[in-house]
Amino acid sequence: MSYKISEEGNVATVHLDGEIDMDVTEKAKEVIMPLIEAGKEVHLNLKEVQYMDSSGISVLIESHQKAAELGTKVILKEISKSVLKVIMMAKLEQILIIE
Amino acid sequence: MTFEEHKEFPVDSSSLKDVRSFAREVLAKDPLFKNTSDDVVLALAEAAQNIVKHAYNGQPTGDTMRVELSFKDNQLVIDLYDKGKPAIPQNIKPRAVDDIKPGGLGTFFIGQIMDEVTFKTSASDWVNHLIMTKNY
Repeated sequence: MSYKISEEGNVATVHLDGEIDMDVTEKAKEVIMPLIEAGKEVHLNLKEVQYMDSSGISVLIESHQKAAELGTKVILKEISKSVLKVIMMAKLEQILIIE
Repeated sequence: MTFEEHKEFPVDSSSLKDVRSFAREVLAKDPLFKNTSDDVVLALAEAAQNIVKHAYNGQPTGDTMRVELSFKDNQLVIDLYDKGKPAIPQNIKPRAVDDIKPGGLGTFFIGQIMDEVTFKTSASDWVNHLIMTKNY
């Protein structure tokens, strides 16, 4: 997994790339959580994520919940077809914020 | 068509991508699996992840896990073997999907994707033996 962060005002956009599994979830959290904790609205661009398993889904849930707790939000953008399929399998499309 | 392919992988989270690659290669051999390959790879990877996470508590080990994929009589069978902590089959349950919290989704995904999941302990030469089948 690789990533790129850009910030504009209070919005931080994180472009994730590659496969997100148990092996990289800590790295993903290390990238996303500090932005949420800093009060940023985080846009996660998942266009280039070809694979995500339950560990990756857990990162999305955790990020969503942490953001809600701190009064901000995590918005999932340009979700790849394969990741959307997993989100829907987990029945999270109504819970997570998807644009 | 019939086949039987197997491979052993170190029990480590860094092996999960290799487990997926192995399964993708095997399933790419026949167009029959084209529409379900991603799902089956996910189910297998979730099961392999459970070995790393639960059978070994995420602790480093020199052990390997064995993955077998076979197809016969229109049925795909995936066998996973490990030598970790003996599992208690009745404790392996997916969490309720409407219980929104991180974790516990892997077993739910496996149940959604595969037609039958059986767990055996005391497999010869191994400790745990997971059998997942999907009908075509």
